[in-house]
Amino acid sequence: MRRVVVTGLGALTPIGVGQEAFHKAQLEGKSGVRTITRFDASALPVRIAAEVDVDAEAYLDKKEIKRLDRFAQYALIAAELALKDAGLEPGTLNPERVGTLVGTGIGGMETWEAQSKVFLERGPNRISPFFIPMMIANMASAHIAMRYGFMGPSTTAVTACATGSDAIGQAFRMIQLGEADVVIAGGTEAAITPMAIGAFAVMRALSTRNEEPHKASRPFTLSRDGFVMGEGAGVLVLEAYEHAQKRGARIYAEIVGFGRSADAHHITEPHPEGKGAALAMKRALEDAQVPPEAVGYINAHGTSTPVGDRAEVLAIKQVFGEHAKRLMVSSTKSMIGHLLGAAGAVEAIATVQALYHGVIPPTLNLEDPDPELDLDFVPEPREAKVDYALSNSFAFGGHNAVLLFKRV
Amino acid sequence: MTEQEIFEKVKAVIADKLQVEPEKITLEARFIEDLGADSLDTVELIMGLEDEFGLEISDEEAEKIRTVKDAVAYIKGKLGA
Repeated sequence: MRRVVVTGLGALTPIGVGQEAFHKAQLEGKSGVRTITRFDASALPVRIAAEVDVDAEAYLDKKEIKRLDRFAQYALIAAELALKDAGLEPGTLNPERVGTLVGTGIGGMETWEAQSKVFLERGPNRISPFFIPMMIANMASAHIAMRYGFMGPSTTAVTACATGSDAIGQAFRMIQLGEADVVIAGGTEAAITPMAIGAFAVMRALSTRNEEPHKASRPFTLSRDGFVMGEGAGVLVLEAYEHAQKRGARIYAEIVGFGRSADAHHITEPHPEGKGAALAMKRALEDAQVPPEAVGYINAHGTSTPVGDRAEVLAIKQVFGEHAKRLMVSSTKSMIGHLLGAAGAVEAIATVQALYHGVIPPTLNLEDPDPELDLDFVPEPREAKVDYALSNSFAFGGHNAVLLFKRV
Repeated sequence: MTEQEIFEKVKAVIADKLQVEPEKITLEARFIEDLGADSLDTVELIMGLEDEFGLEISDEEAEKIRTVKDAVAYIKGKLGA
């Protein structure tokens, strides 16, 4: 099977736009969480989120902005950033050999809300003819393919909070198996809307630390009380190793393993002992035939929910045994909140950057560590040369997806 | 409403729905060929005209409206009737 490398990073995150800005912000320990500005959230129990600040007009024309839901706009912007970062100008590629696989957890939530209002107030004949193409979840991949003329396989992943990792893993397989030479892969999400915040809030999934936004996302602490909704997109250029070498591309890291599993347990709760999560990590290691002891860093799913963080730590201990204590484990969500379908992709970028630059990004807000969760959660950025790193994603529905990256 | 007033209002609807520069919207301009509309844009455009002028335009009638001039003439006829 062919080797697959990462050659371009496109990060559209609440703490920085572009991979350099995102990397710098992580090492500064910046928090992107703030009081919601996108809409008036004063009547909601949760009034904080990690919003993206980006001037869409710098990347898209006016008609595109009007015709695309925000989740698809974010995907196009991140794809543009990733292609530029990879040094891939249009015309330098065989477009028939380039695939697109950018998933989303939810799709066009904002469009859905606006158009249901039109439907209820003005009737079915006033629904926008663009409602369906704006809302459906496959449109991120479709728009990237259309914009650049990429005619390789184009599909999507919709596995809630595991979407981003799932998309990258599936793209990895596409290249391994020779279906494409390059795949534009990742995840995107734009669900900071009244309906979505309200809905996650009634599930008691979100932190209500409204008065201290920067401290609300606090994975692995005793006082963690839920996740913080984030938004944005992460897009990676994945490339067959020979293809990248031939064009003299900068190689950030190699993807060497992908492991998936189902908890087969509950619609929203993780398996209490992290059984499914452990299985996915094991499978990622087996996929690459890498022993657990070779792993130095885990970019955790680490959402800051009471049950999720505990299950993940238990899963890590099951897989790594004594080595678990020597691992560095950090949560990007402590800085950017939970980007749902984009989370795995943005966190894959953080993981690749950790390998490439030799610096492990921190977990913010570790003021009151939970004594039961006794791993090294890296409270400050740390210089460390790591050979292998895992990126974990676990989802509502019990979907687990884990990626294993290798330093090159 | 004079023909000029109708034209100005039609122009504003087109500029908003198709995101084109107002100076491109001449009476002779064709929606698809000159103003870059696709099949879904034209549906939205007709809805926009219905809302603006308080009219109902049937699908058969809508199919005959291909230029800005067609739209102005159609609306003038309807409003005058």
